[in-house]
Amino acid sequence: MSADQWIALIAAIVGGALRVGVPFLFVSLGECLTEKSGRINLGLEGVLVLSAMAAFGGAYLTGSPWLGVLAGATAGALLATLHGLLCSLPRVNDVATGIALMLLGMGLAFCLGKPLIQPQAPQIPALPLGGWSDSPVVQSALQVNALLPLGVVLAVLLWWAFARTRWGLLVRLAGDSANATRALGYSVPGIRIAATAAGGFIAGLGGASLTLFYPGSWNEGISSGQGLIAVALVIFARWSPLRCLVAALLFGGAGAIGPALQSVGVGWGYHLFNTVPYVLTLLILVVTCKPGSVAAGSPGELSSTKQS
Amino acid sequence: MHPVAKDILLPVAAIALALLLFGGFVGFAGVNPLDVWATLFKGAFGDWFSWQNTLQRAAPLMLTALCVALPARAGLTVIGGEGALVLGGLAAAALPMAVALPTNAAGTLLACAAGAVAGALWIMLAGWLRQYRGINETISSLLLSYVAIGLFKHFVEGALRDPASLNKPATPSLDPGLLIGGIAGSDVHWGLVLGVLACVALGLWLHFTASGFSVRVVGGNPRAAQLVGLPATRLVLLACALGGAAAGLAGAVEVAAVHTNANGALIAGYGYAGILVAFIARHNPIAIIPVAIVFGGFGAAGSLLQRRLGLPDASVMVLQGIAFVLILASEALRDVDWRTWWAQRRKRPEDTGTTPAPTAHVEAI
Repeated sequence: MSADQWIALIAAIVGGALRVGVPFLFVSLGECLTEKSGRINLGLEGVLVLSAMAAFGGAYLTGSPWLGVLAGATAGALLATLHGLLCSLPRVNDVATGIALMLLGMGLAFCLGKPLIQPQAPQIPALPLGGWSDSPVVQSALQVNALLPLGVVLAVLLWWAFARTRWGLLVRLAGDSANATRALGYSVPGIRIAATAAGGFIAGLGGASLTLFYPGSWNEGISSGQGLIAVALVIFARWSPLRCLVAALLFGGAGAIGPALQSVGVGWGYHLFNTVPYVLTLLILVVTCKPGSVAAGSPGELSSTKQS
Repeated sequence: MHPVAKDILLPVAAIALALLLFGGFVGFAGVNPLDVWATLFKGAFGDWFSWQNTLQRAAPLMLTALCVALPARAGLTVIGGEGALVLGGLAAAALPMAVALPTNAAGTLLACAAGAVAGALWIMLAGWLRQYRGINETISSLLLSYVAIGLFKHFVEGALRDPASLNKPATPSLDPGLLIGGIAGSDVHWGLVLGVLACVALGLWLHFTASGFSVRVVGGNPRAAQLVGLPATRLVLLACALGGAAAGLAGAVEVAAVHTNANGALIAGYGYAGILVAFIARHNPIAIIPVAIVFGGFGAAGSLLQRRLGLPDASVMVLQGIAFVLILASEALRDVDWRTWWAQRRKRPEDTGTTPAPTAHVEAI
């Protein structure tokens, strides 16, 4: 490959990381908040797809991308609230409920989103961060989703809230010891439902950035497991919102390798390169998990990391 | 109430309520719910044509549900059946390309065995990662199924592609001698018999053999299994292998009986629908048979809903989702002692009777 091709390849991967990383960032922050309260929400995959559809539909109907973003986040919060309520019933397993909501969310999205496959919706504006470069390749790669700064602020805000605020401490308390929470007179299900709903709202922002930014259309293959990768990503980030930011960009970059290679004319192994994020997730889990011990930083009440 | 009566009544009530809510959902979309229910029944069980379609779909569902149910009996929530299914289909399509198989029933069996082995290894990988690396098998099995789909597409569109398949990449079609035919000239293929046999055999295995019992002990009480010295890891891997083999067989049967080659149509979501079937059957292999037929029926009715009433084909997915949510929620009612509940209600109507239930879910201690 020539030098120009290398620049194009790297620009495409960096651009892809910034583009694909944004949904990852929001979903992983939402999952992080949910898991901090002691529950796992595998249904975020359904939340992501449903909110992607709702955001696109909202933007299409109102003509405003920002109202679309709000619609997406609200839809995400509603579906996540259902998860929170169901899991508060006795004998209801949060992992199985997540699978059910994944199915329900995707079904609702595909069903209600059928008329949205053709039309175009107004898009979230792009922030041109590549103005310093003369290369059009670099400039187009650094057209960044306007939701990215919001995600960065949100990550810092969550990190600060978990460490410093009463609400953040309550969420962590519910996640680490249900008994201690009850002893202090707080409602464990109440805190967890609130955290799950807020997590769904944040994940809904990720759904909105799937359909309201490049390539900017709604179709049934809009998400390919980003909501589930986020669960592993949160483990990788050891339940820290700031590390979620780094992890999301890393995964975005990994997901961009296949399309980036194709854009410079390397067609071989397109589907193999598309599996890189999943393989990377598995490798990270292999490295970070240890049999018979709980992952460092894991909330004590979390079912997914409890081991015999 | 007798526990078995609850096992039957709760899911039936949940599915009935799901149908009711689904009627409300389509009513919201401007379609008469009565028409929808009638069409659902007609498309699933209305006539012999519908029955053939239903049973054709029930066959892979039984096998993919086993891929969830068997590991679940060993205490694992494996949801990666879709990956085992596509790899099973790929292996069954690839084996005749690599070696010349006898073009008769023996060749078909070998191709199916290849599919079963591929599926078994794939799900065993998830079990291995859990036992030896402590990785949550729910997440790993699902990630593995995305990897499997990537591998499937890579081979079907690359090395194993039939050059004659232009628009729709596919492997070369199987020799007609290797195909699985219909039972007595119908569209219902022998894969259904395989599915029923697998469910019955594995159900008997779980209940009447020492190794099946050991698997249930490992899943039901890991501490007890440890105390009596059961080889937990080996049993978990065995359950994963059997479940994966069933899902791989489902893929092989779909290739040999329906598609005649491996192509993208194999990725049809049977793996995910199998999760639902297994949960409704409470991971009991025998109960999977009727549940798979009911949900095969819903799947078969999907296209009729689309043609007759103009509903999107994904509306069946909504029905499945609602049913799944209600089935899980109905678990909360299982432990309710109704007689005591009524007695309390009559005595103290002001007391709602809610007690703070421990919400922490303990997977294994």
